[in-house]
Amino acid sequence: MARETNFVFNQTPQVLQKKKYCRFKKHGIKHIDYKDKDFLLKFINEQGKILPRRITGTSLKFQRKISVAVKRARHLALLPYVADGLK
Amino acid sequence: MNQKHYESVIILTPVLSEQQMQDAVAGYRGLITENGGEIVHEENWGLTKLAYPIDKKGTGFYHLFEFKANPDFVAKWELTFRRDERILRYLTISLDKWGVEFNQKRRSGEIKASSTAKEKKAVLNAMLDDDSIETED
Repeated sequence: MARETNFVFNQTPQVLQKKKYCRFKKHGIKHIDYKDKDFLLKFINEQGKILPRRITGTSLKFQRKISVAVKRARHLALLPYVADGLK
Repeated sequence: MNQKHYESVIILTPVLSEQQMQDAVAGYRGLITENGGEIVHEENWGLTKLAYPIDKKGTGFYHLFEFKANPDFVAKWELTFRRDERILRYLTISLDKWGVEFNQKRRSGEIKASSTAKEKKAVLNAMLDDDSIETED
């Protein structure tokens, strides 16, 4: 009985999700190129905003590098600052 | 003689003719060598569409310089960009060892960053495996 209530209240039903991982660590990528627009598109949403780590799974080290690379690309008009329906 | 590795991208106005654009680039190439720098690599991306208008212009000539120079040269280098009305935008970054290595690989074609869109897509897909980023609804 007690076990049952514990089950109901403490364990929220979760759909099994694939574990997120940092693709830069996995593939040994050390440098993020700000000139590669198509690659950076993977890390921004439709409005041109940088996606958070909790969605992409990127490690903090590379998230910082992505954010710098995206900002450089924006400065050079490779990526827009504001967009609508980028993808 | 403590030279660092730099990379610059400049955007020239689309008003220039092909010849004028080449002249402007040649001028900057000369500026690097005159100041004791060494050009490692150059790339011309031609007339490219801008993601947003700059100075009411929708396109621009992109040119990439990769060079070695003394750190005090950069201030002079950027000052000429600011004075030059032909230049819409510029960006100079210093490359760390990974950046230098990346650019070498990129030139030799090991990383297909500058290849055609189709190849790029294939590389990206291979890299992403089957696990693409889930975007928020």
